[in-house]
Amino acid sequence: MNERFMYHGLVLGAFCLGFGAVLAVTNRITSADIAQRAMEDRQTSLGQVIPASIHDNNPVTDTVTLTDDEGQPMTVYRALSKGQVTGVAYEIRGSGYAGPIKLMLGVAADGQVLGVRVLAHKETPGLGDKIEVKKGDWIQRFTGLTLGDPPVEKWKVKKDGGEFDQFTGATITPRGVVGAIRDGLAFFAARKDQMTEVR
Amino acid sequence: MATQYGTIIRDGLWDNNGVLSMLLGLCPTMAMTATATNGFGMGLATAAVMAASNLLVSVFRNQITQEVRIPVYILIVASMVTVVDLAMNAWMHELYKVLGLFIPLIVSNCLPLARLEAFAAKQPVLPSLMDGIFMGLGFTLALTAIGAVREVIGSGTLFADASLLLGPAFKFMELRLLPENMGVLMMILPPGGFLVAGLLVVVKRMIDVRAGKPIQMAGAHAAG
Repeated sequence: MNERFMYHGLVLGAFCLGFGAVLAVTNRITSADIAQRAMEDRQTSLGQVIPASIHDNNPVTDTVTLTDDEGQPMTVYRALSKGQVTGVAYEIRGSGYAGPIKLMLGVAADGQVLGVRVLAHKETPGLGDKIEVKKGDWIQRFTGLTLGDPPVEKWKVKKDGGEFDQFTGATITPRGVVGAIRDGLAFFAARKDQMTEVR
Repeated sequence: MATQYGTIIRDGLWDNNGVLSMLLGLCPTMAMTATATNGFGMGLATAAVMAASNLLVSVFRNQITQEVRIPVYILIVASMVTVVDLAMNAWMHELYKVLGLFIPLIVSNCLPLARLEAFAAKQPVLPSLMDGIFMGLGFTLALTAIGAVREVIGSGTLFADASLLLGPAFKFMELRLLPENMGVLMMILPPGGFLVAGLLVVVKRMIDVRAGKPIQMAGAHAAG
């Protein structure tokens, strides 16, 4: 009896070992390509919020790490032209209808929004997903705005007495996005020196 | 021999279709069929995993003892899913961005496990590989059909983003059949998945009854 248990255990153990090795080898073969793809993805999303015309460096690799208001490290991608910081981009978060909405915000050195894009969200398809650039141009409305234009108390959806349209059937999603951009710009205003400091 | 393969092909694609006859693998079916393209991609990824794991289990069928077969099957399916996941991430990245979240779901799909237990564990290598491929293609067929119905009624398009999945040459497949705002939102939300899957099961039964075939319900346990 004991021997049979041993045998089954050995069979299972041998399979685990064998397939563990398969996974290790696959990981080895693919890891360099996967890292490359992740880099390209970041480059694409940064390219949409930082126009190529304002920098001569590669913002994906030219980064500074700050500590955000909650004490978490955050990466700031910087656009430089002739050694001067012309713009920065960083990830911001809004709270949506179904969990957090992750966005990439690009801000010019003078505080203007260069562009905003949604990186990930779980909003209702057909209602809240109009924040994606491929489903509508709503998100492009923010380009060129600053924290003073419209005035900061107007950085809200119309339903809350602000400037920005909500969607039919979805208010919580745009409210979360507008709030995130407003807070993101305020963060830039507060930390501008740290973000644009040239080392 | 030839008739055996004929049966395997017909079983996989139609007679014993994983979704429409056996009602297996409903979890990814509901999650991934809001559009025909997503259903198609998920189906193909599942077919790849099923072919590989059927093959492996059949190769090792004399070494896998009865007592530990279930953990070994799960180990094999999970390993194959991880391999597909990593390979797609590295070399088919556009497709991965669409399907990536759902690839790990294949592990929780009962269909591969059911075929390992019911077929690959007892059959030689080649029929097992064929069974994996055609059960997987049958799954793809069902997912694409459910996705197409939901997409047309829900968003008014058909095969939207097919060019992301198959390459720019397939742009012609992307159709808009109804105006932008005519979609019935419910169809792309979860209830639509259940409704359409149920209706297509009925349609398949009706076709089978018309053809005078006995209704196959053997081993049908609605699950995962």
